[in-house]
Amino acid sequence: MMNKDRLLTISNLQIEGRQDEQWKPIVRGVDVHLNRGQVLGIIGESGAGKSTIGLAAMGYAREGCRISGGTINFLGQDLRKASERELENIRGFKIAYVAQSAAASFNPSHKLMTQFAEIPLEHKMMSMAEIRQKAVGLYTRLFLPDPEGIGFRYPHQVSGGQLQRAMVAMAMACDPEIIIFDEPTTALDVTTQIEVLSAIKEVISRSNCAAIYITHDLAVVAQLADRIMVLKNGQLVEEGQARTILAEPKEKYTADLLAVRRQVKEIRPAIKEEPLLKVENITAAYKTGLPVLHNVSFDVHRGRTVAVVGESGSGKTSVARVITGFLPQTEGMVYFDGLAMSPFLKRRDKDRLRKWQMIFQMPDVAVNPRHKVKEIIGRPISFYYGSGKKEIRKRVDELLDMIELDPSYVDRYPSELSGGEKQRVCIARALAANPELIICDEVTSALDQLVAEEILKLLQRLQDELKMSYLFITHDLATVKAIADDVVVMYQGRVVEQGARQEVFTPPHHEYTELLLSSVPEMDPDWLDHVLEQRKKKEKNV
Amino acid sequence: MKNLIKLLKTSPISARFGLIVITLSLIVALLAPLLAPYGESEIVAQVWLSSSHDHPLGTDQLGRDMVSRLIYGARNSIAIAFLTTMIAFGVGAILGLIAATTGGWLDNLLSRIVDIFMAFPTLILALMILSILGTSIPVLIVVVALLDSTRVFRLARALAMDIAIMEFVDAARLRGEKTFYIVRREILPNALPALIAEFGLRFCFIFLFISSLSFLGLGIQPPTADWGSMVRENSGAINFGIIAPLYPAGTIALITVSINLVVDWFLQRSAQIRA
Repeated sequence: MMNKDRLLTISNLQIEGRQDEQWKPIVRGVDVHLNRGQVLGIIGESGAGKSTIGLAAMGYAREGCRISGGTINFLGQDLRKASERELENIRGFKIAYVAQSAAASFNPSHKLMTQFAEIPLEHKMMSMAEIRQKAVGLYTRLFLPDPEGIGFRYPHQVSGGQLQRAMVAMAMACDPEIIIFDEPTTALDVTTQIEVLSAIKEVISRSNCAAIYITHDLAVVAQLADRIMVLKNGQLVEEGQARTILAEPKEKYTADLLAVRRQVKEIRPAIKEEPLLKVENITAAYKTGLPVLHNVSFDVHRGRTVAVVGESGSGKTSVARVITGFLPQTEGMVYFDGLAMSPFLKRRDKDRLRKWQMIFQMPDVAVNPRHKVKEIIGRPISFYYGSGKKEIRKRVDELLDMIELDPSYVDRYPSELSGGEKQRVCIARALAANPELIICDEVTSALDQLVAEEILKLLQRLQDELKMSYLFITHDLATVKAIADDVVVMYQGRVVEQGARQEVFTPPHHEYTELLLSSVPEMDPDWLDHVLEQRKKKEKNV
Repeated sequence: MKNLIKLLKTSPISARFGLIVITLSLIVALLAPLLAPYGESEIVAQVWLSSSHDHPLGTDQLGRDMVSRLIYGARNSIAIAFLTTMIAFGVGAILGLIAATTGGWLDNLLSRIVDIFMAFPTLILALMILSILGTSIPVLIVVVALLDSTRVFRLARALAMDIAIMEFVDAARLRGEKTFYIVRREILPNALPALIAEFGLRFCFIFLFISSLSFLGLGIQPPTADWGSMVRENSGAINFGIIAPLYPAGTIALITVSINLVVDWFLQRSAQIRA
């Protein structure tokens, strides 16, 4: 079955990782093939082995991993048998790699052009003048602003999205046969993601190379890939043409992934009573520098969920820090239950602190790794209520039941829990105080999509049962749709639009809300093209 | 207990060697009066005899039995060094953790005091203070401990700084917990592995420091047996080709190397756990 368009054939790939002094399988017999001009999407949740496969396509195994079986055939050469020398001539040259975090992959002390030139110079492909010309050409095709000058800037002088595109340009410097994209847009805001996606799409379609696009987000991969492989626990779940898989998935797991983020909360009528939390004209700044919040006001009513939405740098997390007292405001006031709160955490009384609890973004660092679950959940009970050992134990069991964890979990350490379970423990810790308001700071963004959905469902059920209010800080509009009653849209430290969810999400929008809403990828292979077309039309009209 | 045995079984040979030496010296230190053939300051023979049946390692500059002196010296040297390290850690670690957790003026005040002390060479500072206050053993312990606690303070503060920005500490602060609880329950358990490893190293440094003070005549005073002062008192023997001062010097080397072997093993293990 040799065909002349075939670039890469990986068959029965086995990769093992070292854990507790033992080799454990990470990838269990996966076949991958890639033809010239094709884009293969590999999707899966964390631990599926997708990045490991991406690296194996270059004949590389990460520290602590080894390729233990199978063949990796690139243009007739078995990369597993190739010498280090031969591999050096392939990596970065014939097969290029674009990593998730461009910020971490660039050397901060060299200009972009110097780093662009590194591999072409090493392989003596081009002269410096040719390299410059090539770089400017690629920067132009990737829609980077000022393509002539951007190469002479340092990595910290360009934005995250631009840096990611500069990295794509770097990968294409030597006209590689294959480019491997490993979650290149995951760390970016949606409005930036769409720019990078369209640039990648443009560049790939114009060149003759093939690409492997690795991501956890089916909607993103749908925009680029011809063929999709769905992985789970190092094994193939399903493989097929992108459109076929999206239209009619064969496996339940794929269907679950497709159904994710389509949850929509029912509309509940607004209440006209005194709000539980009232944020009034808050202006705040960190010690040095300009204000990060300008005149921010919004209300949270009893039993309702308010989502504060915005991109990184919009000030949404600062709002949470003001409310919790970590960042005292310079102007304005926070009222809780009609009473003004001191801007300083230390001056707030214990019972008031009990009434609002917080759930954090990273469950891994939000629980003390040296405390057992019973201590994590039990502490607020003994702290606020001074309960005895027996009562605490009873209440902890009750709380574990509420968050759908087995009672046997009380004696576990956080390292023995999965990410989703840790977040559940954090929820239980918040519930232990019997709060009236829970502030949720990006609680699902560190979790896999299926797990995140479970957490959102749990939070919704708990709200229905316990009638608490939620203040959700998030950048993810799918989360907003799934859980919020009211929405506050923030941009550059200001509230640009707020109101009931259905009002904010139905046109006419504020300009920024419009941009934000239209940038969220949809499970439709034509979505990206449509959006770009519409935006172009609009620009013409203006 | 079972875990401990399992742990020992998997330990590398260097760590086992270190553990055996440490255990033996502790036994010797505890049972000194029973093990020593002669008294601590008993003059039993002529000066600087070479080894014989009665005196396996010979005698020292006053004609005291070298083996007995070494055994009593183990007791004094190890006990004093251990006590000093404990005090240095108690003071340094607690203040360091509190400084990092509270921040603000308290952190500034403590850190500047520590900076001032660290600006002077420790040995010279110690010599100066000891010359003023006299050289009794309690004074020696307190002075050396306080001087060394500045190093522990720095380490504990740096460790706690990294831990105090974790979200679980934020969670405790939001709950309204007092600083003492946060230091004791949230931060200390996470800083402990590094502190214990440092404890072993500090013990060695303090051991050597007291030895060098004794060698300079400001440490442990005669006739108390102490390995450091034994080196000094016998140092003249070298001129005559007599190896008497090498015995206490050798024991100092042996115990410090042993402790370092164990500490290395411990550091390696905690690094593995973190990865």
